[in-house]
Amino acid sequence: MKESGNILFCGVGGQGILLASEITAYALLEAGFDAKKSEVHGMAQRGGSVVAHLRFGEKVYSPLIDLGQVDFMVAFEMMESVRYLPFLHEKSQVIVNTHTIAPPSVATGKTTYPENLLANFSRHNISHLPIDGAAIGHKVGEIRAANVALVGALSNFLPVQKELFLEVMKKRLPTKILDVNLKAFAEGSKVSGQ
Amino acid sequence: MSENSIEKLWLSGNEAFALGAYEAGVTVASGYPGTPSTEILENFAQYDGIYTEWAPNEKVALEVTIGASFAGARALATMKHVGVNVAADPLFTVSYTGVRGGLVIIAADDPEMHSSQNEQDTRNYAYAAKLPMFEPSDPAEAREFMKLAYDISEIYDTPVLVRSTTRVSHVKGRVKPETRETPPETSIQKDPAKLVMLPANARRRRTILEDRHESLVQFSESCYHNRIEWGDRKIGFITSGISYLYTKEAFPEASIMKLGMIYPFPEKMIRDFAEEIEKLYIIEELDPFIETHVKAMGIRCTGKKLIPAVGELNTSIIKKAITGKGAPDLFTPAEIPMRPPNMCPGCPHRGLFYCLSRLDVFVSGDIGCYTLGFLPPLSAMDSCVCMGASIGVAHGMAKALGDAGKEKIVAVLGDSTFCHSGITGLVNMVYNKSYATVIILDNRITGMTGHQQNPASGKTLMGEPAHAIDLEALCQAVGVKHIATVNPLQLKQTKKALKEAIEHDGPSVVIARYPCALLPEEKKKKKTPYSLQREDCNGCTSCLRIGCPSISWTPVTPEEGAKLGYKEKQKGYAQISETCNGCGLCAQLCKSKAICKTKEAQA
Ligand SMILES: Cc1ncc(C[n+]2csc(CCOP(=O)(O)OP(=O)(O)O)c2C)c(N)n1
Repeated sequence: MKESGNILFCGVGGQGILLASEITAYALLEAGFDAKKSEVHGMAQRGGSVVAHLRFGEKVYSPLIDLGQVDFMVAFEMMESVRYLPFLHEKSQVIVNTHTIAPPSVATGKTTYPENLLANFSRHNISHLPIDGAAIGHKVGEIRAANVALVGALSNFLPVQKELFLEVMKKRLPTKILDVNLKAFAEGSKVSGQ
Repeated sequence: MSENSIEKLWLSGNEAFALGAYEAGVTVASGYPGTPSTEILENFAQYDGIYTEWAPNEKVALEVTIGASFAGARALATMKHVGVNVAADPLFTVSYTGVRGGLVIIAADDPEMHSSQNEQDTRNYAYAAKLPMFEPSDPAEAREFMKLAYDISEIYDTPVLVRSTTRVSHVKGRVKPETRETPPETSIQKDPAKLVMLPANARRRRTILEDRHESLVQFSESCYHNRIEWGDRKIGFITSGISYLYTKEAFPEASIMKLGMIYPFPEKMIRDFAEEIEKLYIIEELDPFIETHVKAMGIRCTGKKLIPAVGELNTSIIKKAITGKGAPDLFTPAEIPMRPPNMCPGCPHRGLFYCLSRLDVFVSGDIGCYTLGFLPPLSAMDSCVCMGASIGVAHGMAKALGDAGKEKIVAVLGDSTFCHSGITGLVNMVYNKSYATVIILDNRITGMTGHQQNPASGKTLMGEPAHAIDLEALCQAVGVKHIATVNPLQLKQTKKALKEAIEHDGPSVVIARYPCALLPEEKKKKKTPYSLQREDCNGCTSCLRIGCPSISWTPVTPEEGAKLGYKEKQKGYAQISETCNGCGLCAQLCKSKAICKTKEAQA
């Protein structure tokens, strides 16, 4: 198993990216890794493009992932997954929510939402796993749990036992939302369970 | 991996600053929100046995902590980099008085301007105000340096600056907590020769400052956090803060001198290091602060000639600058539309800016969520300089334009910004007989930085109810004769109030009052979302002109249009998504009555 790695979470402000990256970080810590995570707060949260860098290993110095160095990308929105293409390398694993959110220029009819986005990954032979987060959300009865479904999918690729993710959620999520999130995690991890 | 033991906490730099201050026995903390510094006090407020507050601005915040220090407490002031400009006046003189209880000021810089209007380098203040400064690289150091900073403050009788940046404040990492020191006793102790800065006393203190500086240089030479990590001596780096981590990652084999105390410099240590190194580089974000000093010592080194002075650094920028080789071939970015931030669905600012966009006026803007009124399709802001500037700028324009500017100049600012530094501008406007209109966007909270209480919102940082400024009464007391209050979600009423205020001869104020849509109280209110009846939409696009993220446009082909019973020239229809918050602005603009409350539509 890989003993260090770089995970990039990206999407649109308000999609639960911080929670998803926190659950992942805690699971990595429980597994004994050092980790650093970088986020940007403030302006971007108002519906803008949001990104969080999470790095793990024996010892992590820089909190930022370099271009071409992302091992795992978890994209919460289709178009956002493509925005960070230069961060990927040939062996990156992309997990992408097929949900779309129109940016202002699309919403006002100035441009159209780009088509065939996943071709950007196929073209470079980048392994990518599309996930219908909204469908999982509906299935478990909480549309907002889509973010944790993506973490479920990611968990299949990380050198961390699934139980650690479950423990982390049980320890850190409010009881009110724990159940749906555990279900969403399970559904998400099924999608990629090759 | 015993180093990564579970007893360590997982904290952001800002959480770690708060923890470090708590452990150091700080009992009084004051600040003004500003990204990336805001969460320090929000986290500090969670501890027992402390007092903390949001001050109306950074100058007041620093003055409060100076008072606490004079009374013997350990005190903390927090602010973003531009806040230090506001607090600069007390800062330069508290350097003279020195402290009683330890006094630390955390200034958080924002290289790359993720959430700021400029990217000034706060380290220059350490030099200019003759104050020691520490610069942590990560959350673990953020905690540790706070404790050291308080000791240094008391031992050397000086306020201490701690500089953070976005990639320290908003980075999470492992932090090992320690137990809290007992906070010092407080009391009144008079010492006018030290604390009353009139010329005779200040002149005496001025020379003490020079001696203090010398002692601090000595400390800097021996400070554990100024250290050399020896490696290959062919190339060596002097660096600090976040740049140290990037350098370490880019050149793990090289010799690195890390300055945890960034001012004053350990000159002997630098000289000794430079002597051993064949090629010396200085790696720092923003200004050539270390470089200038090292060069002034007569030491040959390379810095800004290769390392960008603009924006943030990272590992590959440094690698490329030094070796000329960048990252291996990267995938070329795909061309996709930008996704700028936008006012939220239901944001009360939207209505006001829609009305402004219909008027032929110069909008002198200010800083807050409402600065997003600058973006299309509203495009209703014409200038924005710094917090509170909107009013002074409007007044200056009015004076310069004379009669030609009448009914053409308005200033726009938020409630927190008005309390921060707008009130004095308004006083000036009345006193010096202006005619511009000031619009206060009172959403009851400091929105942009994530919902901090302010003097107009009726609550304190520690969650207690407080007096809320009566903005109308305040403007009246200042001498404004025409004051109107409107709900900006009522377009007709708002347009009318704006027109009357602008036409008023003399300064006027419009208070556009409606709570931020993200406030918990607002979210709890059951608001019925709106929906759009596609058959009734005539494609006029009026609703799109408010730039609401919940409204989008769907183009149709002539055939589809015909099926929907559209006229030939109708090119599409608008849609409202489930993110609608029910504010009703779009319904007020829809002439074909295609937009109505969702329940009614279903009935
Ligand atoms: C001197 C200074 N301090 C702090 C900030 C950070 N800051 C930007 S906008 C803002 C608050 C705006 O609040 P308000 O005026 O109420 O407007 P809102 O965001 O709620 O619309 C703050 C604190 C700054 N830019 N400059």
